[in-house]
Order: sequence, then C-alpha cells, then structure tokens
Amino acid sequence: MTDTPQNRGTSQNADAPQNTDTPQSSSAQQTADLTRLTAVELSAGLRAGDFSATEVTRAHLDRIEQVEGTVNAFITVTGDVALATAAEVDRKRAAGEDLHPFAGVPVTHKDLVVTSGITTTAGSKILADWVPPYDGTVYRRTKAAGLPLLGKTNLDEFAMGSSTEHSAFGNTTNPWDTTKVPGGSSGGAAASVAAFESPFSVGTDTGGSVRQPAAFTGTVGVKPTYGSVSRYGVIAMASSLDQVGPVARSVIDAAALHQILAGHDPHDSTSLPGEVPDFLAAAQQGASGGALEGVRLGVVKQLAGKGYEDGVSAAFRSALDLAAAQGAEIVEVDCPSLGYALDAYYLIMPSEVSSNLARYDGMRFGLRVEPEDGPVTAETVMAATRAAGFGAEVKRRIILGTYALSAGYYDAYYGSAQKVRTLVQRDFAAAFEQADVLVSPTAPTTAFGFGAEKSSDPMALYLGDVATIPANLAGIPGMSLPAGLSEGLPVGFQLLAPAHEDARLYRIGAGLESALDSARGHSLLAQAPEL
Amino acid sequence: MKYEDAIAKYDPVIGIEVHVELGTATKMFDAAPNTFGGGPNTNVTPVSLGLPGALPAVNGKAVEYAVKIGLALGCEIAESCRFARKNYFYPDVPKNFQTSQYDEPIAFDGSVEVELADGEIVTVPIERAHMEEDAGKNTHVGGSDGRIHGAQHSLVDYNRAGVPLVEIVTHPIVGTGERAPEVASAYVRTLRDIFKALDVSEARMEQGNVRADINVSLRTSPEAPLGTRTETKNVNSFRSIERAVRFEISRQAAILEAGGSVLQETRHFHEDTGETSSGRVKSDADDYRYFPEPDLVPVEPARAWVEEIRSTLPELPAQRRRRLLGEWGFSELEMRDVINAGLLDPIEETVTLGASPAAARKWWTGEIARLAKQDEAEPTQLATPAQVAELAGLVEAGKLNDKLARKVLAGVAAGEGSPSDVMSARGLEIVEDTGALEAAVDQALADNPDVVEKIKGGKMQAIGALMGPIMKATRGQADAGKAREMIMAKIGG
Amino acid sequence: MSEKSALTSAEVAHLADLARIAISEEELARTAGDLSSILANVARVAEVATDEVPATSHPIPLSNVMREDVVGETLTNEQALSGAPQSEDAKFLVPQILGED
Repeated sequence: MTDTPQNRGTSQNADAPQNTDTPQSSSAQQTADLTRLTAVELSAGLRAGDFSATEVTRAHLDRIEQVEGTVNAFITVTGDVALATAAEVDRKRAAGEDLHPFAGVPVTHKDLVVTSGITTTAGSKILADWVPPYDGTVYRRTKAAGLPLLGKTNLDEFAMGSSTEHSAFGNTTNPWDTTKVPGGSSGGAAASVAAFESPFSVGTDTGGSVRQPAAFTGTVGVKPTYGSVSRYGVIAMASSLDQVGPVARSVIDAAALHQILAGHDPHDSTSLPGEVPDFLAAAQQGASGGALEGVRLGVVKQLAGKGYEDGVSAAFRSALDLAAAQGAEIVEVDCPSLGYALDAYYLIMPSEVSSNLARYDGMRFGLRVEPEDGPVTAETVMAATRAAGFGAEVKRRIILGTYALSAGYYDAYYGSAQKVRTLVQRDFAAAFEQADVLVSPTAPTTAFGFGAEKSSDPMALYLGDVATIPANLAGIPGMSLPAGLSEGLPVGFQLLAPAHEDARLYRIGAGLESALDSARGHSLLAQAPEL
Repeated sequence: MKYEDAIAKYDPVIGIEVHVELGTATKMFDAAPNTFGGGPNTNVTPVSLGLPGALPAVNGKAVEYAVKIGLALGCEIAESCRFARKNYFYPDVPKNFQTSQYDEPIAFDGSVEVELADGEIVTVPIERAHMEEDAGKNTHVGGSDGRIHGAQHSLVDYNRAGVPLVEIVTHPIVGTGERAPEVASAYVRTLRDIFKALDVSEARMEQGNVRADINVSLRTSPEAPLGTRTETKNVNSFRSIERAVRFEISRQAAILEAGGSVLQETRHFHEDTGETSSGRVKSDADDYRYFPEPDLVPVEPARAWVEEIRSTLPELPAQRRRRLLGEWGFSELEMRDVINAGLLDPIEETVTLGASPAAARKWWTGEIARLAKQDEAEPTQLATPAQVAELAGLVEAGKLNDKLARKVLAGVAAGEGSPSDVMSARGLEIVEDTGALEAAVDQALADNPDVVEKIKGGKMQAIGALMGPIMKATRGQADAGKAREMIMAKIGG
Repeated sequence: MSEKSALTSAEVAHLADLARIAISEEELARTAGDLSSILANVARVAEVATDEVPATSHPIPLSNVMREDVVGETLTNEQALSGAPQSEDAKFLVPQILGED
C-alpha cells in the first residue's frame, strides 16, 4: 500500500463517473472514486493494501467539502479526529498488528451519540455548545474497531420529527432532489450516505427515524431488535422505543455496521445478553442467491393501500412481484390493533420524552437563559432556558407527555397505550405464524418538500410514521431497502421480523436487494443525480 | 396549648418515613463510590450528574440490602417489583426525576416491635420498604457579599446524588396516646439498631445516614376519622423526633381548639427552639407523574435467594435481648441498664471470651463505666473485651481481689498494657509468698492476744479483727482466704 | 376512567408550569389547539385497552439485570464541571432556589 499515490482519492474525485453501470459489483481496483465503494469493498481494499485508511478518509473529507454546501448533512465535521484514527490504523497495519476487518472504513454518528471532546448537540439550541466528558457505547465501539469518525450528522431536534427540518442547525437536503427533505429524524445520516459523504452511518430509530429517511434517500436503514445495540451515551428521546441502527448503501454494509455496534453493554440494563448473531454472514448468504426461495412474505393489510401514494404502492407491488418470481410466497396478514398503534405511540413517546428531557434545565450543562423580567430564581431560569432552548415541536411533545402522565389521566392515556402495546405484540406474534417476514411500504409517501411538515395538522403529519411505529412498540427489528422510484424519488420497502431475528432480515433483505439490483442492472443509488 | 391538655382532648396519630443510606461500595445506579467526604463533585459519573445519554444500572448489593431490611421488618418480599420515575424539578435532583419505587415496592406488610424506656412493647405496622436514590446537596450562599450582582445563589455538590436509600413507611400508628412522641423516637432508634445489626448502613444519625420525616395528625377520639396531617421533614436525632412530635401535637391542638383547621403541609424542625415552622403547602403542584422507569427492568428476587438471605440474617436486637436474658440470668432492669449504656456488645464478647456474665456486667457497667465517665470517653475506648475477660479470669483464679482489680483496670485504661502486664509492672498480684504472709500472721497473732483468745473460745468472726493488720502489713496483697487458713492452723494446731 | 380531548389555555399553562417551560399567551392558545387535536385521536386507545390486557412497559422482557457493587471510572471535578454554565468552589453555581430549607 505504500506505493499507492497519496492523493489518489482526491485527484480522481473531480472526474468521478456520474452513473457507472455497476458500481457495487466492481472491484476496488477498477473503481475510480473511493467514496463510491461500499464499506465491504473498502474493507477488502484496505486489507489488500489497495489504498490506505488515510486515503479513504481524505477522499470522504474531500467529498464532504465538495457537497456539504448543498446537502448540509453534518452539524460537525471532525476531519482531524478522522485523520488521526486513519493514521493510527495505517500505522498498525504496516506494523502487522491485529485490526478489525473494517478498520479504516469511515463512519458518521448521528449528533445524538455522545462523543467526548466533540460537540454533541442533539440538533438543539439547548445543547448547541455542549462538549461531553464521556463516550457513548456505540462511539466507543466504532472507535475500538478503528472506524474514522467523519463527523456528527444533522437531525430533528432530540430526534423529534420526520424531515430534519426541526434542527437548530439548518435543513439537510435530499440528495435526489435538493428541494425535498431527506426524511428524519436521522436525515443527516441518510443524506450523508446517499450523497457518498460516508459509506455508512449510525442513526437512531424511535418511530421510524432510521427507516423513513433511508426510504426517502434510497439507502438501507435498519432498526434492530430493541436492546441489540446499547443506548448508553445516546441522548434519549423515548427510552422504551429508541434503538440505534445503521444506514448504509447496501444490506451487507448495514449488517456489517450493526455487527460492530451490537452486543451486551452493562451500562444499558435493557441491552440484550448473550452472543451477537452473525448478521454479516446472514446478509452475505442472502446476497449469494436463492434467499427468497420458499420465503413467506406477509403483506400487512393495515399497512398498505389506503393512505399510500399510488407511486409508492406501485413500486412496493413490483418489488413483491419480483420476489414472487424468485420463489417467495406472498400472503396477506391481518393485524387489527395496528389501527391503534399510532395513537399509543403518540402517548408513550411524549410521556417518556417529558421525563427524559427534564434534565435540560440550564443548571449543570448546556444553555442557561435568565428571564427577561421578574425574579431570577432557579425555577424561573429553568423555565426561561427551556422556553428559549427547545423548539416548538419538542415543547409540544413535552407538554403532551406531561398531560398524559398527570394524576387522573395516567390510566386512560399512558396505561391504555401500554396495553395497546401488548395487543400489537400479540398481532405480530400471530402474523409471524403465517409469514417469515412482514412487508409494507416504509412510508406512505416519497420525500416531501420543505415546509410541508411544519404547516400541516400535527396528527396528519404523524400519519407518515404509521408503517414504522409498530416495530418500535413491539421491539421487533425492521429494515427499509430501496424498492424503486416514484416520480424520480426513492420508495422504501420495509421488512419486519420477529424479535431477535435480525439475521433473518439481513438474509431475506439481501436476497431481495440483489434481485432488485439485478433487475435494474445496478443499485438504485447509482442513478441518483450528481450533486 | 400545653401538651397535657392537648393529649387530654385529642388522640394523636403518627406516621413515620425513615430513609436509610445503604453502606454499599457504590451508588444505587452507577459505579461512583458511595463514600462520605472527598472533594465536591468528584464521586460522580455521567449517571450521577444526569448527563445526556447516561443510563442507570441497578446495584445488586443494594437490592440485597433492601431485601435484608424487608425481612428484618417482617415484610413480604415482592416476587416482582419495579423502579418508577418521580418527576419534579429541583436543582439537587440531576435528572429532574428521582428514580424510586412507586406501586411495586420490594418489601411490604411488616411490623416491628419497639420497646419503650419502661419496658412496654409497642408494635409498629410497616406499610412498605422501597429502594430509591438520594439527591445532591445545595449550599445556600447569601447575596450580602455582592457576588453575581448581589444575587443570592446556591452551590450544588452531586457527590451524594445517587447514594442508595431504602425508605421505610409505616401505616398510621394509632393508640399511643400521650406516649406518641416516645414511640416515634423509640421506633426510629429501633430501626437504627436493626440497620446496624444487619450491617447495611453506618446508620449514623448525626451524619444523616438515617433521616426521619414525621407525620402527625389529631382526631377527637380513636373512633373519629383521621385528621389533616403535617409532615415534619428531616428530623435527625432521637431527642428531636420526640420534641417535634410533642410540639406538633400541642400546635395542632391549639389550632383545633381555636376552631381553625390544620393545613396539610411540610414543616421544618428547629433544634434551637424545639419548634416546627411552615414549609411548603401541599398542592396540585405535587403531581409527580410517576411511571415505570423504562431504562430499568423488573427486579424479581428469586424465592431461593430470599430464603438464603433470611437464613443468614444476623440476630436482630429484640431477639438477641430475649436470648441473652435467658442465657445470662440478668433481671429485666439489669438488661435495660446494659442496653441503655450501649454495653451489650462488649459484655457479650467478654462472656464469649470466658468471663461469667455477672463478672462481665459488673466490670463494664461498674468500674469501666465510672472511669469512662470520669475521662469523658466511651467505655470501649478504655478496655477491650479481651482485657476484661482476662481480668475476670485473674480474679477468678485468686490472683487479684476486687480492690487490686480496680487498680489494674486503671492501668489498662491508661494504656499500660494487658491486665497481667499491669499486674506485674505495678506489683499488684496477691501475695502468695507464704514466708511474708506467715510473718504478717505471726505478728498479728502476737500483737493481739485478746483476739486469739476469743477465737480459741469459738468466736470465729473475731478473725476479721486480725485481717486488718495482716493486710496492712502486706500492703493489701494478701490472699484473705490463705491468711484465714493459716490463722486457724496456728491457733488450732 | 377520566379522559377528555379538549384542553383549555389554563390547563396548558398549568402543564407548562409542571414541565418548567415559560410560555406566552399566544403559544398557550396554539398549543391548546394542537394538543386538543392530537388528544381527540389518541384517546382512542382506551377503546381496546380492556382490563384483561396486561400493560407492556418493555418491548423485550428482561428481569434482574444488576451490576456488581464495584467502584468504576468516575469523572474528575474538572470534567464534571466542564459543561456547567457557572461554577464556584468546585460546585455548580445555580440561581437561588425558592423554598429552600
């Protein structure tokens, strides 16, 4: 690798091909631009000595420099941190030391992941300048694996939103159409991957916040089984629903990142004990052919048809047809309680939010604002700080949650919502008797324009999460992969598996992805417009 | 209103919430050290500071201690229990919620027997014991020094935040009448003794390891419904508990007598005046929005584990007292004196080391207690059970008499070493040198022919008249028994 | 069961107070409207939440997750105070607390 030109990544950046025919299948040596390689290809090339971690990292930093003005996927770019890690990986490799197979493959973290010494904002004014004194477990894990951190990605404030417009740090655009939102709340993560700024990215999913932006940007997003990935050091939105998950340009890459992130963490009491299944092997097996043969795909009656855009339904149907042609069996399953899932979610989530966000009060860290008039006491400073530091959507959810938990209403609201959760789990358990995975469009629409979310009736806007929320309520794993396009914008195909069966998602997902890629002759992202 | 008048007209009902800080190595939900002292804000982790992203993890030892406390209070141990969040904003509560237990405590439905000073036993019903975390500490800083533009402010230290607590809540304690203040105080003292016996806490009132909140209400008769109660917070000595209850009974009675009504509120006790003053009025604002802590999973103490803990529970103070009364043959009064003097432990250890119970009691409550009082020290600072057992053995063996033993104890208390060391260093052993004794006896016989005649005439008690001179001649070190034998031999022979 | 789906401005003002968020008159009215619209929908959960259905608070049931009582890594005082808006004498400086003992 010492004979590789130092500036290879950057020098070839400018004349990178706009639409190569088969970028995902080409070998590292044939590929002109390091940023176009998948994480698996980068891993192979790094290990083979085709290029260095420093070159890979520089190539991505250059790409970020080139497109960030348009995309704004990052709140903070951490070039120095990334290059230091890359140099360390290169030194270790030269010295023949043991390295993680993905050492040197860069990554980004959603700015909800706590990173010591690096500003961690949660997309909020209230934490705009907070530099944490500790590391979240997922950041520790990517560091330990030698993944250079390119930066912290943009998000809706405290992960509340579906468009990334609720960020205190500006809008992120959708690389497919910069007049559209990238989805949210992990919009920065998804956009950074779709715009080839990062091979893969760490996001979080509370009600669809990884899967929906993946769907909007033509990427793959996974919400693992609740507890598969530690939440320690990931700023909490709704504790019983939050789960960290990967965004990537292929199912295999998502599996690879999930593999790095997963595993029991004694700091998170809800993290799963025991061995981590081999997600990567499952995805590789699925991609190698025949994965759809005899697989029962359960189309959830409540998550299709009415309320879904025609183009979305059409892309979903044609993906199903393709799966059937590959030997999959299509069945319809009925999950009646899903009709209440959205309602339960909009009680449980704000309730937990109201408590989790109580700590942002201007006393120990973050913004402190004194009231404009009246006495300056701890109480008035807390109230003024929270009024000035939180955005409207966050405040709305805190107040809603405060109401749902308050004396006299708890049973009717929070208590009832927790019962609906039981019903949703029961429906899923019954559905998984009839199907290996459940499928639906990831979202009822493709990426919408800026301003649409903020202007509409709040409940209508929450309907956008209708297909993704049930997995969070039930704790089961879900994946969104690109089904195709509708009027030039990506459509997501969602797969759900029973709890602890994340490997099944990777196997079947990779099988479906490779069928779709073969049918169109390339990955969907390969036809994304050049920025 | 005078206390006696108040009690004559009203029936007091009390309820007590006791918080005990557990003596675990780490905090309730994080691995920060649970130690007293240290620089401010150093025994902290992201969890105890409530930093964004931090999550709690339950200390298994604290759960074990909570089970121990529950069992010792005769409680049922829940098959499954949960933590809950109690939501309220206060700067010393780092997350602005306290992680506690709400509708599913770890222990419930118990009772504890409390002995009053005169030996009367009162049974206090226990509603529940639950686990929770302590808050940080605020120091109020006045504005007179002009800092931050003269504004008043507080300084917060979170070293105590997250320290494991068990809160023990009684049912209303009824039927105690005029003895309510005494019962309240004796109950907290009993709990303190139990915590110590269980070794789950240092249980030092003065350090705030044990804190009591006292609820008091009055009603016109034992048949009447419960009256409005006040809660006097953080009363931190046994004497203050008694005074606070007494004051509240008088204060509330005066209000009721004047036709007023008692306000439901928290109150604060003032050591200097012995009075309580109004704190915060309970209102709708006390809506804590409890809900199950989603970051923690249920605690389900296995039955086998609970039974294992039960089987290893140390003897509790009341049981121990009963056992020792039987074993030692003390009177009730003697036992109470021993307990009140805090000497049960050293006496039991002294007995274990071979002394008779009577001798152990005699030395500890007698000479050692006297020396301690004189030196303003604790008896156990002056002598160890091993030293007292040795001393008792020397007396038993006839090497010391009581008078010499007291001198030896003075030497032991002065740090001169073990009783035998002191004895030989100070030359205090009973004289067994028959030559010296015989000379003294001969001299006494020669000096007192009239006494010798009386003895010869059968008046044996006259021997006493010879002992004075013999003791004087041997500087008190003669063995009185030996001297007596020798006199009889010489006169009779 | 108590449930309702219209919130008044006064109720929102009380909730905002409980949640320690200063709120203007104009925000009160808008928030009351928004929340009422949301509540009108979400209150439907009570329709199916019958007594026979147990509540689920954790999606994946686990129990007895406890740690050893062993001291771990702590923050230094400097780290602890690193994000503090104000500090003094190694402590966090906060505005005066009303109702403090």
